[in-house]
Amino acid sequence: MLNTEFNLESADDFYEALIEAHRDLSAAQSHALNARLVLLLANHVGSLPALREALAVARSNTLGTPSGAAANSA
Amino acid sequence: MAASSVVDRDFQALEFAYRRSRDQQASAPAFHDVVVVGAGPVGLALAIDLAQRGVRVLVLDDDHRLSSGSRAICFAKRTLEIFDRLGCGERMVDKGVSWSVGKVFFKDSPLYRFDLTPDPGHCRPAFINLQQYYVEGFLAERAAELENLEIRWKNRVAGLRQTAADVELEVDTPDGRYRLRAGHVVACDGSRSAVRTLMGLESKGRVFQDRFLIADIRTSAELLPGGATERWFWFDPPFHPNQSVLLHRQPDNVWRVDFQLGWDADPVEEKKPENIVPRVRALLAASPAKDVDFTLEWASVYTFACMRMERFRHGRVLFAGDSAHGVSPFGARGANSGVQDAENLAWKLALVVQSAAPDALLDSYADEREFAADENIRCSTRSTDFITPKSEISRLFRDAVLGLAREHAFARRLVNSGRLSIAATLPAAGLNTPDVDAFAGDLRPGAMAGDAPLIGPAGPTWLLRELGPDFTLLWFGEAPGWAESKAWRTVGIRREGLRDAEGVATQRYDATPGTAYLIRPDHHICARWRAPDVEGVRAALDTAMGRR
Repeated sequence: MLNTEFNLESADDFYEALIEAHRDLSAAQSHALNARLVLLLANHVGSLPALREALAVARSNTLGTPSGAAANSA
Repeated sequence: MAASSVVDRDFQALEFAYRRSRDQQASAPAFHDVVVVGAGPVGLALAIDLAQRGVRVLVLDDDHRLSSGSRAICFAKRTLEIFDRLGCGERMVDKGVSWSVGKVFFKDSPLYRFDLTPDPGHCRPAFINLQQYYVEGFLAERAAELENLEIRWKNRVAGLRQTAADVELEVDTPDGRYRLRAGHVVACDGSRSAVRTLMGLESKGRVFQDRFLIADIRTSAELLPGGATERWFWFDPPFHPNQSVLLHRQPDNVWRVDFQLGWDADPVEEKKPENIVPRVRALLAASPAKDVDFTLEWASVYTFACMRMERFRHGRVLFAGDSAHGVSPFGARGANSGVQDAENLAWKLALVVQSAAPDALLDSYADEREFAADENIRCSTRSTDFITPKSEISRLFRDAVLGLAREHAFARRLVNSGRLSIAATLPAAGLNTPDVDAFAGDLRPGAMAGDAPLIGPAGPTWLLRELGPDFTLLWFGEAPGWAESKAWRTVGIRREGLRDAEGVATQRYDATPGTAYLIRPDHHICARWRAPDVEGVRAALDTAMGRR
């Protein structure tokens, strides 16, 4: 359900824009921006299974645990 | 404007006399089919419903007064429809203030408004606000009209033992202890249920580490522009930073204010008028009313937990309302779900007591209302987590949602200041017959029957009002001869008799000529067909009565 294959129109342009969006922000402001970004993108994706899978992949990658099982059960 | 000629009774001051009962000097314990413990909204609603169904019912209450303080104030459309069936809905709605519009504020400015009225064509409003003492008072007055309903005040259940054949109760009174036997006991005795404790049972769940102050104030002038009746909710307002505040109107120019205080607040200090008044003044100064005069009517500092008993039925003892489950107040799911428990149980218990249905029907009460309790707990837990975020990151996302909501409509759907009580749609299994025909809309088996305006022989009426006290076969178009039966009431919607002049019923039920819905006594839909036959309807009725 969640597409983790490469899908961006322009990887380097996106990454630059992401960093640029945080320019001159305090850590607290960056966190606030990221939270808004998550909500905007989640609304764009819409699909609950896809979002659950993304949450599971992100969490397991953060914790350094294998993602396969978590993603499947989500 | 017509002056009101009726002065409301002061239900808070009303005292009910303890009267010695003949049971207290009986040589052997007297037997009662049904004993209801607790004369709050849930116990009274249940007792009235049972009595209307011809069951003799005894209510025991350890006190001799109604609710002190306004307590539960929001009564939902479904609850009002139940009160209609119990014969006191009109009084509630006449006295209560109807509302459907809410406004949500973040910091110092409005975020958005919402309207809970889904669509026109319902007799009852989405909500009324009415002090709990009025609700209990109107129910108590209705109960007093029923000769097979007896309330014994200052009768405290002190002992309970189940045998195979009955329940033995020991009851303390001002004249000492006496014994009773009951076919069934229903514990409607609140969150600290004595019956639950006597049986060694528990209600378990999550306690929220937060305190709230509720205060009722009486004002001399309108608070909101144009005398509007709206629910106002603030996240993190300047007059009460980092916390939430709720403002709600009640009858008699009384307003409920609800301040989140945080876990560290001192409940004794916070309850003192000298500490409450400045908080209210600060709120009013930020409202359109500015420096309006007010008096403090009642205040309470509370904490809450979302919890429930594992099973609502233990043999001949059943639990309903707060004794069985507890929720946070956000969403008005406490008293409303309790009254809905009572309605689910009343017809089933009546059928079982009258030997018209098997005992297993009572298991469906537990199954269905445990399901509904889970839904209510889930909704109120989610609201609480949004309103009072308990971690830094939870707070971050909460504020991000609120930050986006002013400009972006999608984010408003994530704002959760309470998902207000609606009746649960019961699961497809159990008493329902699965669909065999295709239908559009939400009125599937398990859902609550929808209301609609109709024209009857005597003038305008409402669909829910036309339903029978027991099972109803709602038929669209000309019904065949077999549709008339002693086992149900047939309500036909056709060109003559009862007409769907506005087309709302036809649309809401996705009806074509020959469509029929089987509706339970508690107005849940349990089966529907495009072209039913008598065997199919009888089978669905047997399923809904727990006979198969």
